[in-house]
Amino acid sequence: MYVVIMGCGRVGARLARLLVKAGHEVTVIDTNPSAFQRLGSDFPGTTMVGSGIDMDTLERAGIERADAFAAVTQGDNRNIMASQLAKEIYKVPKVVTRIYDPIRQDTFLTLGLDAISPTVIGARAFYTALTGQEPDDEV
Amino acid sequence: MYIIIAGGGKVGFYLARELIAQGHEVLVIEQNPARADEISSQLGNVVMTGNADEASVLAEAGANRADVVVSVIGADERNLVICQVAKRRFNVPRTIARISNPKNERIFRVLGIDATVNTTDVILSIIEQEIPAQSLVPLLRLRHADVEIVEAVLPKGSPLHGVALRDLYLPPESIIAIIIRNGEPIFPAGGTTLEAGDEIVALTRSVHEEELRQTFFAKR
Repeated sequence: MYVVIMGCGRVGARLARLLVKAGHEVTVIDTNPSAFQRLGSDFPGTTMVGSGIDMDTLERAGIERADAFAAVTQGDNRNIMASQLAKEIYKVPKVVTRIYDPIRQDTFLTLGLDAISPTVIGARAFYTALTGQEPDDEV
Repeated sequence: MYIIIAGGGKVGFYLARELIAQGHEVLVIEQNPARADEISSQLGNVVMTGNADEASVLAEAGANRADVVVSVIGADERNLVICQVAKRRFNVPRTIARISNPKNERIFRVLGIDATVNTTDVILSIIEQEIPAQSLVPLLRLRHADVEIVEAVLPKGSPLHGVALRDLYLPPESIIAIIIRNGEPIFPAGGTTLEAGDEIVALTRSVHEEELRQTFFAKR
């Protein structure tokens, strides 16, 4: 697959490394060039400085031929906007979005976005480790 | 009408004030409690503290009975999300977003926002109006009908000087709405003749804009 990732924070960088290890072709976009250090000096993919909510940047990153797009910055609204660009304008087949603050869960659902919240997953994992049980997630 | 304004900055504040003066029911959603207090001390009980991009906040604001949601926060992407949730989740008939990046106009339109106000473009067109040029100055775009309202200033030595409107060839789907001459409006009739220096306000379908420009700035 050719995957474009917006956001080279901890999640984005780790995701990028997982994907290239599995043999996929990856381009990572971030507004801050020093974020790419998280990828390691041996990262075989492509990095691009720019904003994932800018169509020119996305096009330079090859979004038109992308099989998948992941918006994993810490800004929920930017993630939402970029995902919609990818999904509705560029028709990328698989688009996944990060929710940073679970309070926006409803928003993501309303907009029909495939969303993953490391916050929710993390809290759940801790809960299970502490109590040995699955939590009732509605909080 | 019941109008919800997301963003209690200067734009949101003055917009709220004007709408209230016009007799509308207004609610401002502002995330900073201190700012929200400031607004309510000046405008009354018309402010709610909260983050308008959260669906629960919009629900509490009564978005499902709002006629319009206007999002005038300084970040385009937040305005996008707020308007989208308002429309898709709460079926608000009309959503308006402020945008700073002109490139976002097309994106917002594709993603279903009814209207965008681009302050950059507005200022650009004001600047352009001061500059004599061989171009049509965009005044307003009637987006849903693809109609442009434009202004052209006939240059000195224009071959259209002395030409009567009835003899002027205009492209299809174009009309001249008004002519401003020396600060005075002239409501055009067939016998009105053009003069160099005239400010012509015309309407045209977007697709004919270039042809219209050539009509007014022809050298021949």
